[in-house]
Amino acid sequence: MDLAAEVTRRARRVPVWVIYVLGLAPMGWLFWLGLTGGLGPEPIKALEHRYGLIALQLLVAGLAITPLCRIARVNLMRFRRAVGLLAFAYVTAHLLVWLLLDLRSLSLIWQDLVKRPYVTIGMAGFACLVPLALTSNDRSVRALGPRWRRLHRLTYVAVPLGAVHFVMLVKGWQWEPLAYLAAILGLLALRLRLVRSAFQQA
Amino acid sequence: AVSLGAIAGRGRATEGLEPNSFEDITSYNNFYEFGTGKEDPARYAHEMTTAPWSVTIDGMVDKPGSYDLAALTDGMTIEERIYRFRCVEAWSMVIPWNGFELRGLLDRVGVQPGAKYVAFETLYRPDEMRGTRSRIIDWPYREGLRLDEAMHPLTILATGLYGKPMPNQNGAPIRLVVPWKYGFKSIKSIVRISLVAEQPETSWNMIAPNEYGFYSNVNPAVDHPRWSQATERRVGGGLFAARQDTLMFNGYEDEVAGLYEGMDLKRFY
Repeated sequence: MDLAAEVTRRARRVPVWVIYVLGLAPMGWLFWLGLTGGLGPEPIKALEHRYGLIALQLLVAGLAITPLCRIARVNLMRFRRAVGLLAFAYVTAHLLVWLLLDLRSLSLIWQDLVKRPYVTIGMAGFACLVPLALTSNDRSVRALGPRWRRLHRLTYVAVPLGAVHFVMLVKGWQWEPLAYLAAILGLLALRLRLVRSAFQQA
Repeated sequence: AVSLGAIAGRGRATEGLEPNSFEDITSYNNFYEFGTGKEDPARYAHEMTTAPWSVTIDGMVDKPGSYDLAALTDGMTIEERIYRFRCVEAWSMVIPWNGFELRGLLDRVGVQPGAKYVAFETLYRPDEMRGTRSRIIDWPYREGLRLDEAMHPLTILATGLYGKPMPNQNGAPIRLVVPWKYGFKSIKSIVRISLVAEQPETSWNMIAPNEYGFYSNVNPAVDHPRWSQATERRVGGGLFAARQDTLMFNGYEDEVAGLYEGMDLKRFY
């Protein structure tokens, strides 16, 4: 209990802009590494994968904030928007590397989109995130009122789609994407009333 | 002893190919026995002991047995073969292998008339191959060729590259190279070669038969279910390297198309 209060107290002293700066730094750093040979002999794939993985990690972090607050009493709610927007920035960067550096051909992009389920699923996840990013400002929160919360439940669709996209694109059944999927499903389960009340009684 | 003479006659497909750097070839590998990351083999393959090394040759052969590496390569002419290497994941390299034709070895051990296929196995030694502690593949890794594919002069057993002994991450001390097939067919660190009558089980086909066929010939017209095989990216071109078209049989069509005459390559992928 004390620990939770201590973390909350310390986190309160961190300005939100620090999260944005720290969060965006790896994006530029990785791009620079890719340019200068630091990502190995196939930097396009490496960059695509690294941006995608960071996006997924941020999405998991974003999903963890509410249960952390409700169950563990660690309040990081003031960083939730920053984490969500950073995740969106990395998903967008991941997509741009795929479009502009990897495929570079409208016909290849279209073929992949319609013929490859993991691409379709990844793109669907991205499509879910777009309205959320667009309505992440204070004005939209006020204007949409209760509809804002309902709209933002799209996260519960978008994030598992991202993990399924990862599971489907690797060769064979690898533990890493499955671990992300399990973590995400676990975090979503914590939102079910039944599971939540069980925790709160405990 | 590197000689180019023996391939001069069929060198057409390899002319004008600029090999990837030694660094590229030895730092970007798939060798799941050491992990699924491309950099894992370079990081962990040194944990594998490659001397002493012996290869069991068994099945339908006149002279079965356990052959020590020196006995296996004794009398074989080690040539340089600059081959395209096309991974099923749609990246490619050009690699200057050093090796000898598999048919030389098969002729020496005496293939019996009933043999129709050649099956290969990779070393499985969990304490030296950390990737095998995860069950992603039903170890040991297995591959196979039809006998006529194995006897084809382009098919080699490679013992080195760039004139150096084979680096561990590339399949030391001896590996198969079948340049017109996807890279996973070119099995690494071989410990068993069996001449058999029936088509052998092969690892990736066992894992996902709808994605990886027994033949796995490079074919731009037959897509992997999850990605297109029409184009590939040559590794080593940096962040702005464009894709290039994938060639039928990886550019060795003149040499090998005859092996598959009359076969529906969409069905036998």
